[in-house]
Amino acid sequence: MIVRVNGDSQEVTENASVMDLLQQLNLNTTHVAVEVNRELIPREQHQQYRLSAGDQLEIVTLVGGG
Amino acid sequence: MSTELDVSTNDWLQIGSHQLDSRLIVGTGKYDTYELMADSLRESATHCITVAVRRERLYDQHGQNILDYIDLDRYILLPNTAGCYNVEDAVRTARLGREILRGLENSGADWVKLEVLGDSKTLLPDPIATLKATEQLVDEGFQVLCYTTDDPIVARQLKNAGATAVMPAGSPIGSGQGILNPNNIRICMEYLKADDPNYPVIVDAGVGTASDVAEAMELGVDGVLLNTAIAHAKDPVRMSRAMRLACEAGRSAYLSGRIPKRLYATASSPEDGVIGGARPR
Repeated sequence: MIVRVNGDSQEVTENASVMDLLQQLNLNTTHVAVEVNRELIPREQHQQYRLSAGDQLEIVTLVGGG
Repeated sequence: MSTELDVSTNDWLQIGSHQLDSRLIVGTGKYDTYELMADSLRESATHCITVAVRRERLYDQHGQNILDYIDLDRYILLPNTAGCYNVEDAVRTARLGREILRGLENSGADWVKLEVLGDSKTLLPDPIATLKATEQLVDEGFQVLCYTTDDPIVARQLKNAGATAVMPAGSPIGSGQGILNPNNIRICMEYLKADDPNYPVIVDAGVGTASDVAEAMELGVDGVLLNTAIAHAKDPVRMSRAMRLACEAGRSAYLSGRIPKRLYATASSPEDGVIGGARPR
């Protein structure tokens, strides 16, 4: 199925969890935070939170800033 | 030597629940390299550094992460909501920053530098949106450090809304114009500290060079937050040192109590006992 990640389409397996997606994208999970449909998904829920087709995700990290 | 130690150990800055060893808060943006950033931060002797929250670059994973260059045991991170133009984006960004910092087990997870901008050319804050976002974030348990203009009325309303610190800009972000209206900064301090002398007022934005930091500290503000003046200096590490010294100099001058300005001269050497006699009238 297709979800949107940071504005782009992303293919994920049916029933994928947030954690599955982070691993698929090869991201360092301690460096990121995740929103699904504008709601923050706390780290502890990444394993059990299942994505649905069309979900809009934001995956953010820290960058330099003032 | 001992005086320098006194400044750093006994004159710490309390902002909400956080106790900072340095009155400089330094940004991490716009350095040419992360190594240069790390060296500059070390030379500034800051205890608190700001960071921004941005989308992960999913298709460029060879890029380095800033976190690989930040000593999380040494610095308290202060996540900002820079680049947000409305209440909802700012609140979402604050929550995301908190979530990352919790994962990193950095104590900065409970505070945020709130920035809700009104205009991309001036980067001036939207005062109404800033006030609304402050109320909401305070409700959600954040310690909110508000970037705002030097308007004393807005500053007072932000404090009344529960802001942990108010951070008036000296001049527009990244402009290097210094402190354009020291009188407003004075009035901000008078209003915010009247019944609460330890309430933190931080000059945030506008610093161009070391004398701007000294001037701010001499006015009696509790600290200065800066980024571009260091990151874009020709020699950022050396400028970091200049900022650290200026901050300490300005703070010491403030605590010492400066002499009042006078229109006419007062002689430093005795007026009596001068040989000769005649003075012009």
